[in-house]
Amino acid sequence: MSMFRNPFDPETKLHSAGCTCHSCTATGAKDDTPDSREGLIDRVVESALVREVFGHHDESRRNFLRLAGGGTLAAAIASVLPLDAVKAAVKESGGPLEKKDLKVGFIPITCATPIIMAAPMGFYAKHGLNVEVIKTAGWAVIRDKTLNKEYDAAHMLSPMPLAITMGVGSAAQPYYMPAVENINGQAITLAMKHKDKRDPKQWKGFKFAVPFDYSMHNFLLRYYVAEAGLDPDKDIQIRAVPPPEMVANLRADNIDGFLGPDPFNQRAVYEGVGFIHILTKELWDGHPCCAFAASEEFAKTQPNTFAALFKSIVDATHYAAKPENRAAIAKAIAPKNYLNQPEEVVAAVLTGRYDDGLGNKKNVPNRIDFNPFPWHSMGVWILTQMKRWGYIKGDVNYKQIAEQVYRAADCGKIMKELGYTPPKTTYAKYTIMGKAFDPAKPEVYVKSFKIKRA
Amino acid sequence: MWSLPLRAAILSVLLLAVLLGAWELAVQAPGAGARVPGPSKLFAHAVQELSHPFYDAGPNDKGIGIQLAYSIGRVLAGYSLAALLAIPIGFVIGMSPMWQRALDPYIQVLKPISPLAWMPLALYVIKDSGASSIFVIFICSIWPMLINTAFGVASVRRDYINVARTHELSRFETATQVILPAAAPTILTGMRISIGISWLVIVAAEMLVGGTGIGYYVWNEWNNLNLASVIFSILMIGVIGMLLDLLLARAQRLVQYAD
Repeated sequence: MSMFRNPFDPETKLHSAGCTCHSCTATGAKDDTPDSREGLIDRVVESALVREVFGHHDESRRNFLRLAGGGTLAAAIASVLPLDAVKAAVKESGGPLEKKDLKVGFIPITCATPIIMAAPMGFYAKHGLNVEVIKTAGWAVIRDKTLNKEYDAAHMLSPMPLAITMGVGSAAQPYYMPAVENINGQAITLAMKHKDKRDPKQWKGFKFAVPFDYSMHNFLLRYYVAEAGLDPDKDIQIRAVPPPEMVANLRADNIDGFLGPDPFNQRAVYEGVGFIHILTKELWDGHPCCAFAASEEFAKTQPNTFAALFKSIVDATHYAAKPENRAAIAKAIAPKNYLNQPEEVVAAVLTGRYDDGLGNKKNVPNRIDFNPFPWHSMGVWILTQMKRWGYIKGDVNYKQIAEQVYRAADCGKIMKELGYTPPKTTYAKYTIMGKAFDPAKPEVYVKSFKIKRA
Repeated sequence: MWSLPLRAAILSVLLLAVLLGAWELAVQAPGAGARVPGPSKLFAHAVQELSHPFYDAGPNDKGIGIQLAYSIGRVLAGYSLAALLAIPIGFVIGMSPMWQRALDPYIQVLKPISPLAWMPLALYVIKDSGASSIFVIFICSIWPMLINTAFGVASVRRDYINVARTHELSRFETATQVILPAAAPTILTGMRISIGISWLVIVAAEMLVGGTGIGYYVWNEWNNLNLASVIFSILMIGVIGMLLDLLLARAQRLVQYAD
């Protein structure tokens, strides 16, 4: 192929193989196509640049080289353009990007912080992508738009890629979850009138909202009330409500409370309609919440673009994990184009210095935190809860599904490339509200609960 | 004494002033609790929005003019498709009692379905949210046009058709030269009802699917509980709906005839 020929050799032709122009019918150039992948990338970059310099006029390039020599040309180009930097940039992203203009969907909540901030703060651009982040009305719509390929990738709840892969609640399509977005960052918010009912045992008959059936919110709320002895299917009512509509519903007295994402817990406090009963980090510190997800097809057919996108997200997630960056991030994502929330509300969530709605000033720096690593044990825990509440039936191959969907190895590789240390294992034991979870024994764990559907 | 239209106009303005005055007073009255923004705040907001109606600050933040243009575009696309299908079929139904009986049960079942109920199915099958919104407009605007066309065609006076027959006009010529002009006012009434319904439905459809359009604008402002923007967009939806209706009313006047 002509793009692999040495552009600094006056005898080579950069015209394509079938070209019959005068200069291509003469022969004489030696074929010295580099045989390593790195060498090939270098050659393609050089060739493209040299073509550009001579305005794709091959005859003038060859005349110039005969007179001045290849070294002169290389030096001349390097003097105006750092050739090594260009080569390095292309190599870093694993070869040329198949597609640069991407659409990524998000729901306007702080869980999506890395996905959103990567646009205004330049993390996508840094990895050569031009990404439009598109605000979406709800989880069902974001799922359908991603399945439709209107979005190349999207912000999802961490149980969703598992459910989609298994075809639970949607058409089955293999999905990847390359990275977790945020850990913690949710809360149970109750209406002001319940400020004396702080014990979940008193919640019989309450109506709660969660963002979606396949959400950590649903599973954590069910877990929380079940630990207090209430059956979430019989003693309380749980309905799926898009997060942005939760505050309006709480004000209208349609619901008694919600386990929802921020900024809506804080927004309920800001509006004076609710108070923060408990942060989810007090139930399970470090629980996963939202995720970055894409179809297996996208990852396989456009591997370089996928890698660049993946890298931008991991990069942004690490940036967001640093407390000193949080105020600047709040400023970047609060405007109308992104979250469309008052900056002080977003800042209260991200910095963890907030008012709980009952007059207490709290300081919880990891109220929300960001860590991209998709632990397989998190996937297994989610599957155990799906089994527990009857969302999936029969035998579940917990490990196999979690390992297929949660791309821990890929994430670890990218973390390493970016200079972070990934964990050595992909399974960890958790303690959730004082009860131990061992990912090696998922079935025993499901059976150990008193209140369950399975 | 003043003429009737002038007196009506003065009354209209007085009513508006009283209403806005009461609203403003109610909002500014002392007391606690969340309040709807008053007319003065709303006016300031409207001036600000309308002075940059076409700004584009990224995919999720566009001016009211751009959002309205998206919605109008979708309504016109779905509505035109519906008209292209409904008017010929309505003609067939109106001219043939057999077709009318054969199709009637389907029309009766499909007509009362809320167009938004089609949305999940449309998203799944069409695999494009923009096209799905257009489909929803199509499915909601087709019925009034279809039924009115059929009714208009069926109730053309027999005399006209008999005269056409004595002039030895073919069936096609009768349809285009006699029945069409005679049924035109009824057809236009159907079209006028349809455009009104389409405009009602697009707002709901866009709130559901999001992305662009005036429905998305309302939803986005609702997220932020920004009632000034919500009320402002309600007014804009009303104004555009009125203009669309006015347009069809003009067209209707063009085809009106006296018996």
